[in-house]
Amino acid sequence: MEAFKTILLIFLIICAISASLMKNPLLSVIVFMSYSLVMSIIWFLLESPDLAITEAAVGAGVSSILFFVTLRKLKALSEGGQNEQDKK
Amino acid sequence: MSRIRNDYENSLWCRLVRWVNGETNPFAGKMEMEPLRETEVVGDSVFNPDRLDKEKVEQYVEDMGRNKEMKAFRILYNLASVSLCLLLIAVLLLAVSWMPVLGDPNGPNNNEVSRRYVEQGMEESGAVNMVTNMILSYRGFDTFGETCVLFIAATCVIVLLRKNEEEIENARETDWKYEPKPDAILQKITLILVPVIFLYGAYIILNGHLSPGGGFSGGAMMGAGLILYVTTFGFHKTQRFFNEKTYDAVKVGALSLYSITMIYYFYTGANEIQNRIPLGTPGDILSSGMILPINIFVGLEVACTMYAFFALFRRGGM
Repeated sequence: MEAFKTILLIFLIICAISASLMKNPLLSVIVFMSYSLVMSIIWFLLESPDLAITEAAVGAGVSSILFFVTLRKLKALSEGGQNEQDKK
Repeated sequence: MSRIRNDYENSLWCRLVRWVNGETNPFAGKMEMEPLRETEVVGDSVFNPDRLDKEKVEQYVEDMGRNKEMKAFRILYNLASVSLCLLLIAVLLLAVSWMPVLGDPNGPNNNEVSRRYVEQGMEESGAVNMVTNMILSYRGFDTFGETCVLFIAATCVIVLLRKNEEEIENARETDWKYEPKPDAILQKITLILVPVIFLYGAYIILNGHLSPGGGFSGGAMMGAGLILYVTTFGFHKTQRFFNEKTYDAVKVGALSLYSITMIYYFYTGANEIQNRIPLGTPGDILSSGMILPINIFVGLEVACTMYAFFALFRRGGM
């Protein structure tokens, strides 16, 4: 169990750093989503299932949807896609 | 007596203030200024000479080989941001190192308050789930404030993103841009998933005093289900069962019923009047007095707020 916890914590740190360093905002939001999921598993292992449910519903679900809608309103997603296509 | 300087604009302080405010024009005296030129339309393409000039100037400014000042500032900014981050990390780690050890019997978190919650919480409130018990009855005032904060946040978003009638008419004409394309796979899966999500959200809300969860998490889940339905079937179909009037009625009704319940709770709690709501047997669905209705009101409030955030960000109305 200790090894599993360590792996989860290392994954959490990797997610946190890479979410802020990603160039593409879409990928950044998805990495942030996986950060929330790992965080909810850690809450469950820390014996607080109430927080785990809330983290999974709000952190991974609703807040990322709001991020997606905002990025689409700012036209950051489509421009990012075009830039990637230009590079290819 | 201070005397007025004649050459205040050339004084060191004034120049420093202007430099800090960014009011100095870096091109003044170095470049020739010309009035704006007319745009030329050649065939289909619009030729704007000023835009070309602007691009040239930007290229000149961005050229790091020539612009020594900007290069120095870039390095300075990077160094300053890195050192600020390191300083913040150091301060936070220092603060954590001063915290009491987890599980210390003499620590400040192991006092008589938590012992009383654990030992007598179930008798006093009738709820099996100690976390919901604490959030909604012992610390009910805090949760009430949080729900009001959510309500105020949703109201602020409505005020900021609201559109006037003309814009709503325009939005109705261009609504098809925001409507999703009819996707058979997505619609079938949503038809299977949405009832399950709603049922699970309702289960979490109604079992808040028995099992993990409660009003906030269940409400967030129901709001997520509504958002899924809207993204698949569009606003037109959703408005048949959830429009702005329903939203207003549910939200205001839930918050006012919640306030009335809380006021009764505070009044009977603080003035030693007997609370007339029966607690029931711990473990039943219909038990724990106030906690079940409060959970339902919080859940409705949160579900409406989540959906309202999505709808307002998406197209500025419900």
